[in-house]
Amino acid sequence: MGTYILRRLLWTVVLLFFVTALTFLIFNVLPTADPAKLRAGRNQTPETVAAIRDQLNLDDPFLTRFFSYLGDLLFHFDFGTSVLNDEPVRPLIFEALPNTLMLVLGAAVVWFVIGVVIGTISAVKRGSILDRVAMTTALVAISAPVYWLGLVALYLFSSDLGVLGLFPAAGTYDASRGVFTSISSLFLPWLVLAAAFSAIYARLLRSNLLETMSEDYIRTARAKGLKERTVVFKHGLRSAITPIITVLGLDIGILLGGAILTESVFGIPGIGRLSFDAIQRNDIDIVQGATLFLALGVCTMSLLVDVLYAFLDPRVRY
Amino acid sequence: MSTISTELVEPESGLPAGEPGPVGIAARSPLQLFWRRLRKDWLALTALGIVLLIILTAIFAPVIVDLAGTAAPRTQNADLTGDFGEPLGPNAQASSPSADGTVAQAGPFGSDKLGRDVFSRTVYGSRISLLVAFIATAITVLVGVTLGLLAGYYRGWIDTLLTRVMDLMLAFPVLVLAIGIGVACSGAEGCLGGAIQPGLTVVIFVISLSTWPYMARIVRGQVLSLREKEFVEASRSLGASDRRIIFKEILPNLVAPIIVYSTVLIPQNILFEAALAFLGIGIDPSDPSWGAMISDAASIFREAWWYMTFPGIALLVTVLAFNLVGDGLQDALNPRTAK
Repeated sequence: MGTYILRRLLWTVVLLFFVTALTFLIFNVLPTADPAKLRAGRNQTPETVAAIRDQLNLDDPFLTRFFSYLGDLLFHFDFGTSVLNDEPVRPLIFEALPNTLMLVLGAAVVWFVIGVVIGTISAVKRGSILDRVAMTTALVAISAPVYWLGLVALYLFSSDLGVLGLFPAAGTYDASRGVFTSISSLFLPWLVLAAAFSAIYARLLRSNLLETMSEDYIRTARAKGLKERTVVFKHGLRSAITPIITVLGLDIGILLGGAILTESVFGIPGIGRLSFDAIQRNDIDIVQGATLFLALGVCTMSLLVDVLYAFLDPRVRY
Repeated sequence: MSTISTELVEPESGLPAGEPGPVGIAARSPLQLFWRRLRKDWLALTALGIVLLIILTAIFAPVIVDLAGTAAPRTQNADLTGDFGEPLGPNAQASSPSADGTVAQAGPFGSDKLGRDVFSRTVYGSRISLLVAFIATAITVLVGVTLGLLAGYYRGWIDTLLTRVMDLMLAFPVLVLAIGIGVACSGAEGCLGGAIQPGLTVVIFVISLSTWPYMARIVRGQVLSLREKEFVEASRSLGASDRRIIFKEILPNLVAPIIVYSTVLIPQNILFEAALAFLGIGIDPSDPSWGAMISDAASIFREAWWYMTFPGIALLVTVLAFNLVGDGLQDALNPRTAK
């Protein structure tokens, strides 16, 4: 186990290096706008642009710039500077990160609970009206684009202009007021983000549970005279839920960077929003830093999941 | 050709299974079995009908718009916006007469901020959606299957390299990568030496780039187990070349999983294209795309409910229909997991 984790950690470092290199390559070899021109502002002369190019070392060869970036990152934990307003990138990322974490983790709790409950009911009542309605609804939820669902939800439920006015409006999430005071403005984003995932998890759990319930040990448990409830929850669900936890970990990792759409619709200043705006402005250092963090998120979650899996499922050995 | 799952099907007379009777027992090919099962799934067949309808809509978009008598999707008509430039609702009359004295009327789905007809744009939107989804899926299948086959069959360094690249792609925040490439390649000259032009090519490139690892991984897994099967061994002992084994023995057995995964991929790619358009990547704002329309509607959705509703429903119905077909195909191919 120890060597396995060590090997995985080493591979994570290698992976992060490549992610950083690839991002650097993409945003430096294919830039649409010259960062120096961007920073020079409105009344720019060729001289000022040249001076800024010099100051930002933009004329250095590609590899020199890459390794100097990497050096700053490793030895000073310095993520560079935003081109546009000269702010250091690190605090920008650390401000945005908790917002995304709040959004994604909250939604994950919602979709996990909904998915497991609906999936279990559907599997136990297989073929019933309830099952069919649940699975059809699930497919509709999977097919709806999240940003559209967000707009529809705001149209129906937001407090300022919605038809029913149940939830705070978009753009009211403000972490500076304290995470817990603004939590109510996250309810709607949580539900919207969780919709498709709840559906995916319900379908997944249903098919896992159906498969598990046809195993021999379930028949044994029933033959022992255990209550059906005990058989389903203690014997069936326990084994059917393990693979779901793997998926949950990976989804959370991926979503940290993929919640851009939800963040846009609800005006949440998260890391997805930050990187999206930065890409639009060609603010390379922010993109670079955000990408690194997001990749780190994916790698950490996938490592965590694999280690956790060994504890949850005693059949797994490394 | 060797196929794994050739089942014996009982004839109508109902002889007990396992006791081959003298007459009336025919082995059905997997394709026949698959079709027999699919035929009973009315939900999947209905969805298939809807999919065909959507494809026809895309092909005959000009005819449909012509029949409906609505304006062309790119026509801007200032008469179809209100006094403050707000869009007109479905079938609403303009508040003041046009220059020629007639009163303009909005189409059945209303108009947008520039006075363009939402119905025409929704109908034409199916073109971009399907075009991007089909081409991107085709590229993903081609690349994914080729690389997955090579990795799974030859193993060794090809496999190691490919698995590592897949790991890298999966760790990469896909949407950030997509947006980055989308923005970078949308300059006038495109990128990669002009191989990727701004517009739809960028979108297709970005989508296939981020989906091929999944396809390759599935194919690789299948090939790894197929190559150890007896019929492959038999073929090899008869002196068959790698090429023959790959194309005649392994590939036919991959057709089913590839079809299933492709039908799952198409709706995902439709959503992906719409999401990129929603974020304003790749697609020209004057082109009618559902995602771009929803994005455009986002700022005024409280005043103009129709503007976000119709493209959204079009998107939802299209994706749902493809998902239902995919589900049906999957159930028909793997009856054990069927509902």
